[in-house]
Amino acid sequence: MTFFKAENISIDFGGIRAVNDVSFDVEKGTIFTIVGPNGAGKTTIFNIISRIYNLTEGRIIFEDKDITRLPAHQVVNLGIARTFQNIELFEHATVLHNLLIGRHIYCRSTFFSDLFFLPSVKRMELELRRKVEDVIDFLDLQHYRNQLIQNLPYGVRKIVELGRALCTEPKLLLLDEPASGLNVDETENMSFWIDDIKKLLGISVIMVEHNMNLVSQVSDHVLAINYGRVLADGTPKEVQTNPDVIKAYLGEDKDV
Amino acid sequence: MRIIFKTSYLQDIKLLKHNGYIFWYGVLLFALLIAPAVLGEFYIGEMAFIFIYAIAGLGLMILVGFTGLPSLGHAAFMAIGAYANAYFLHKGVPFLISIFLAGLISFGVGALITVPLRRMTGIYFAIASLAFAIIVEEIIAHWKSVTGGLGGMSVDNPVIFGFELDSTWHFYFLCLAILLAVLYCTLNLIRSPSGRAFIAIRDSEISAESMGINLSIYKIKSFAISGCFTGLAGALFAHRLSFLTPDAFNFLLSIQLLMMVVVGGLGTVHGAIFGAIFVGLLPQVIAIAKDYLPPAIGQFPGLEPGLFGIIMVLFIIFEPMGLYGRWVKFKLFFDMFPLYRKATFKRQKTYLKTERVQ
Ligand SMILES: Nc1ncnc2c1ncn2[C@@H]1O[C@H](COP(=O)(O)OP(=O)(O)OP(=O)(O)O)[C@@H](O)[C@H]1O
Ligand SMILES: [Mg+2]
Repeated sequence: MTFFKAENISIDFGGIRAVNDVSFDVEKGTIFTIVGPNGAGKTTIFNIISRIYNLTEGRIIFEDKDITRLPAHQVVNLGIARTFQNIELFEHATVLHNLLIGRHIYCRSTFFSDLFFLPSVKRMELELRRKVEDVIDFLDLQHYRNQLIQNLPYGVRKIVELGRALCTEPKLLLLDEPASGLNVDETENMSFWIDDIKKLLGISVIMVEHNMNLVSQVSDHVLAINYGRVLADGTPKEVQTNPDVIKAYLGEDKDV
Repeated sequence: MRIIFKTSYLQDIKLLKHNGYIFWYGVLLFALLIAPAVLGEFYIGEMAFIFIYAIAGLGLMILVGFTGLPSLGHAAFMAIGAYANAYFLHKGVPFLISIFLAGLISFGVGALITVPLRRMTGIYFAIASLAFAIIVEEIIAHWKSVTGGLGGMSVDNPVIFGFELDSTWHFYFLCLAILLAVLYCTLNLIRSPSGRAFIAIRDSEISAESMGINLSIYKIKSFAISGCFTGLAGALFAHRLSFLTPDAFNFLLSIQLLMMVVVGGLGTVHGAIFGAIFVGLLPQVIAIAKDYLPPAIGQFPGLEPGLFGIIMVLFIIFEPMGLYGRWVKFKLFFDMFPLYRKATFKRQKTYLKTERVQ
C-alpha cells in the first residue's frame, strides 16, 4: 500500500512555476522533512496537499486514494492535519475552544439538536472534551486551558496549534516550520514532542523546517528543494553534505 | 475576587456556571415579570420595543459577531417577518402558526441568499447584503396583492387560543417570551459544535477549512438562523407598528441594527442585549435633547442617522469591545480592587499577519 505519494506535482502562479515536477514518497511511521531556502516552494507544497491550491499537473496519493481533487474541508477527514507557518489559530477564542474545533470532524450533531442542546449533544460534548484533555495533558497545556489565544505568548501558540492538529487524530501531520520563532528551550521541547508524536502516537509527519539541528535530530528522510525543483533527497546527513544543497544555501545559512 | 472551582467538564458547558449567576439572573427575570404591575404603560411599551430589538440583535449577532459576516441588510429580514406575519394573520391563520411561518420563511430566505454570498467576505459581503435589502424593499413596494404596496397594510392583533392580546402588557409578555426562547437557542448554539464552527470561520477561514469545517454549509446555517431570529423580531415589530409600509424597513433600520451589535460588543450575547437597550433609549434621549439644543442643530434634518453613525465610529475607535467590554472591565475593577492594572486588557504583543496563506 502507498501511504503518501506526490507524483510529479507542479503549480503555476500566473507565469511563475512555484513548484516544478516534484515527486516524493513518505513511508508510514516516519518523519519526512522538506528543506530549502526562502521562497523555494515548501509552503506551497503543503497548501497543495491540504487542497488550498489546485495543482497544475501531477497527483497526490494518500493511502491509495487520489486526493488531487478533494474539497479542502474533506482532507482532514482522511487523516491529514496541518499547522501553519504564521499560526492560524482562532484568536478570540480560548485554548480549549480551539482544541475542540480540532475535533469538529467527530461532531455528529445536527443543527437543530445544537439549537436545543439536546442530551445527545451534551453527551457528545463531554466525549469530545475527554479527548481534548488527553491532548492537553500530552502537551502540558493545562495552565493555559481557559486563556484567550490573543493573550498567549508566541511559543505557546505554536504548541496550541500543534495540539489542535493532534485533536483531529491524524495519520499524517503537516508541520510548517514548527520551531520558527521559538527560543532554544522551546525548540528542544518541540523536537521531543515531534519525536513522541511519531513514536508514541504513531503519527507520520511531513515537516518544513529551517533549523538544521532539529531536522537532523528528528527526520528519517529529507528532501531539499530550490526554486520549486528537487535538489536532493536522502537521509539528513546525505542531504546536508550534498554539494547542490550547500550551494543553494551558501551565504544564507552557516549551519549547513 | 471570586474563584470558580472546576469540578467536572459538565460545569464548562452549563449555561449558568455558578449560583451567583442563577441568583442575579433570577432577580432580573423577576423584575421583568413584575414590571407591568409597577411601571406605566408607556414604559412597558418601550421595554417591549427593546425586547424586539434584542431579538433582532441576537439574530444579527450570530451572523456579524460570531460568524464575522457584516450584514448591512438585516432590515430585509425584519420586513419579511413583519409582512409574512401580517399576511398570514389576514388570511385567518392562528397567531402562533403565523409567527412560526414568518420565522420559517425568514430562515429559508436567509439560507437561499447565502448561496450567492457564501464566497464573499468583509466589505463585499456587506455591499451584497445591502443590495439584497434594497431588492426586498422594492419587491414589497411592488407586490401589491400580498403587501399592499406603497399603500401599506394593517396588522391584526395577535390571538392565542381565542384570547386576544390587545393591551400593552399582553404584548410585553409576548415579546419577553420570544426573547427568552431566542436567547436560550442562541446560547445553546454558541456552546455547541455549530457555534464553535461559526467562531472558527470568523477568526480564520483557512484554518477552519483545514479542521474540516465546510465553509459554505456553516455560512448558510448562520445566515439562516440569523434571518430567522430577525424575522421573528420583524413579526413582533409588525404588531408594534400596527400598520406596515415599505419605508419602515429602509436602510436606516439596517444601520440601527448593525450599530446595536457594534455598540453592544461584537461577539458576545450580552452585547446584543446591551446594544438593544442603548438603541432603544437613544431616540428618546435625542428627542429630549432636541428641546434643549439650539434650533439650528436640533431641527437639523438627518440628525438621528448622523448621530448613529458618529456613535458607531466612536465605539469602533475607542471601545471595540462595546458596552459589554466596558461592563466587563468595570466588574473586574471591583472584583480585583486594589489589584487592577490598567494594562489588564492590553494584548501582550501584537503579531502582524503578513501573508494569510502560509
Ligand atoms: N498564492 C500565491 N500567488 C502567487 N505566488 C505565490 C503564491 N503562493 C506562493 N507563491 C510564490 O511561490 C513561491 C514559493 O513560496 P512558498 O511560500 O512556498 O515558499 P517557502 O518555501 O515556504 O518559503 P519560506 O521559507 O519563506 O516560507 C514564492 O516565490 C511565492 O511568492
Ligand atoms: Mg513557507
